[in-house]
Amino acid sequence: MIGRILLALGLWLALVGAAPIRLITQLSQARIEINTTFRGSEMLVFGAIQYPQGSVPDAPPDIAVVVRGPSAPVTVRQKARIAGIWVNAAGVRFESVPGFYAVAATRPIDALADERTTAIYEIGIRNLQLSPASGADDDVSRAFEAGLIAARQKAGLFSERPDGVQITRGVLYAARIALPAAVPVGDYTAEIHLVRQGRVLASTSAPFLIDKSGFERWVYVMAQDNSLAYGLVAVMAALAAGAIAALVTRRRW
Amino acid sequence: MDIYLPIAEMSVNALLIILMGGAVGFLSGMFGVGGGFLTTPLLIFYGIPPAVAVASSATQITGSSVSGALAYWERGQVDVRMGGVLVAGGLIGAGVGQVVFSVLQQMGQIDVVISLIYVLFLSVIGGLMLRDALAALKAARAGTAPPPRRSRHLPWVAALPWKMRFVRSGLYISPLAPLLLGAAVGILTVIMGIGGGFIMVPAMVYILGMRAQAVVGTSLFQIIFVTAATTLLHATASKSVDIVLALLLLLGGVTGAQLGVRAAQKLSPDRLRLGLAIVVLAVAGGLMIGLTLTPDEPFALFEGA
Repeated sequence: MIGRILLALGLWLALVGAAPIRLITQLSQARIEINTTFRGSEMLVFGAIQYPQGSVPDAPPDIAVVVRGPSAPVTVRQKARIAGIWVNAAGVRFESVPGFYAVAATRPIDALADERTTAIYEIGIRNLQLSPASGADDDVSRAFEAGLIAARQKAGLFSERPDGVQITRGVLYAARIALPAAVPVGDYTAEIHLVRQGRVLASTSAPFLIDKSGFERWVYVMAQDNSLAYGLVAVMAALAAGAIAALVTRRRW
Repeated sequence: MDIYLPIAEMSVNALLIILMGGAVGFLSGMFGVGGGFLTTPLLIFYGIPPAVAVASSATQITGSSVSGALAYWERGQVDVRMGGVLVAGGLIGAGVGQVVFSVLQQMGQIDVVISLIYVLFLSVIGGLMLRDALAALKAARAGTAPPPRRSRHLPWVAALPWKMRFVRSGLYISPLAPLLLGAAVGILTVIMGIGGGFIMVPAMVYILGMRAQAVVGTSLFQIIFVTAATTLLHATASKSVDIVLALLLLLGGVTGAQLGVRAAQKLSPDRLRLGLAIVVLAVAGGLMIGLTLTPDEPFALFEGA
């Protein structure tokens, strides 16, 4: 009995005594504004690794940076041929699909840690928990998931860069995350994981916001809140444009 | 020159959109069709979300129709009385169409149904126009008089009661006929998200037997009101009208429409009909290929659904 207590105490002391590695992180912008000329952007995620007693190891640890956007349900339908015509056949609904998901790391995801670890931290596109609706066959929903991921990757909304994180002198890290013009607006988070020998030793996260600004925002808010006035303005603009064009060109006849 | 669209939530090449609007506007002015049957598929092909494409092209059609209709108005080629009856029918039809649309939507497959209706209508109408235009051109080349019209209008049109005179159209018929026609086209316009000119123009010629000169102008006149109502419906119900996209399309569209009207004055009506027949059949063929060809992506994504 006493032996056991001593053992537990010893373990506890060992855990407390070894000050943990900490991550300090900073984003280049806390808010990305979408205006008329928005053609995509770049987020710089950078920071420092704080080692216990400031002892920098010879081999730097691995860093994985995960940036994800707001999640929404997505229904994936498979196209099937019926009487020679392609129709949208059976579908699988995924409850939480991030509108944007990017991973940057110091090495390929499989080499970072074992499957279980990367799955827990959702590091890597294949480890995303998209929550397919229950009822669908596992193999079937996996095929649909692959289709969903392929479509998102093609749009530049899902990405994985195994060489996307630079570590300087074993202390400073930086990753550039490309945000395409089609990024959805909403709340984003950047998660930074420090991995050593297949174990996640430290994690931190930083939020940022992508939102429409200026004219874009004004138009969007108008369309949502004053939809009738907005529609009338659109019709008036159309009528005016047509009338002006008719008047301008009439003189030449 | 890239520009970000606030409602479509994507960046597009403004110049390309303007050119697209211009090409469609040209056809619009030339043939009296709204051009929605071209704009909507083109925008969707470009990557604009379908709901936004349908709604915003309705706005553009309003503009290019005004531009075209005013040009015909100056020449006295708009039958306001006939147009008014068609608009009244169109508004009734639009209401019915909205109900049909939501029923189809609940059954799923709405996009396939839309494509099939497109293919069906475009091939039948295009085929009819092509046959007539070719026959007329052949007769003109042989130096003979064009073959006499079968009748001024279809028998059931002549049988309807309460006849009234439509001077510009050269008709003395019951307003019930154009009212029914307007309603039928109204239903289709809501389901297909278009102005409906490419159905209305042949219907006015073949079913009502309207005088050819008044057909295009009156069709454009009617399209103005139906698409304006459609824009308002979309703006309030689905909030999917992208005013920036619509303005870009309009910029090209209204200019193209004026050029189209001018081009139309220089061409014989039979050649015009031949041209429209070819365009309509080409779109039908393209859609048919799209429906039957093995798609690049075996999966389709429906966001938030």
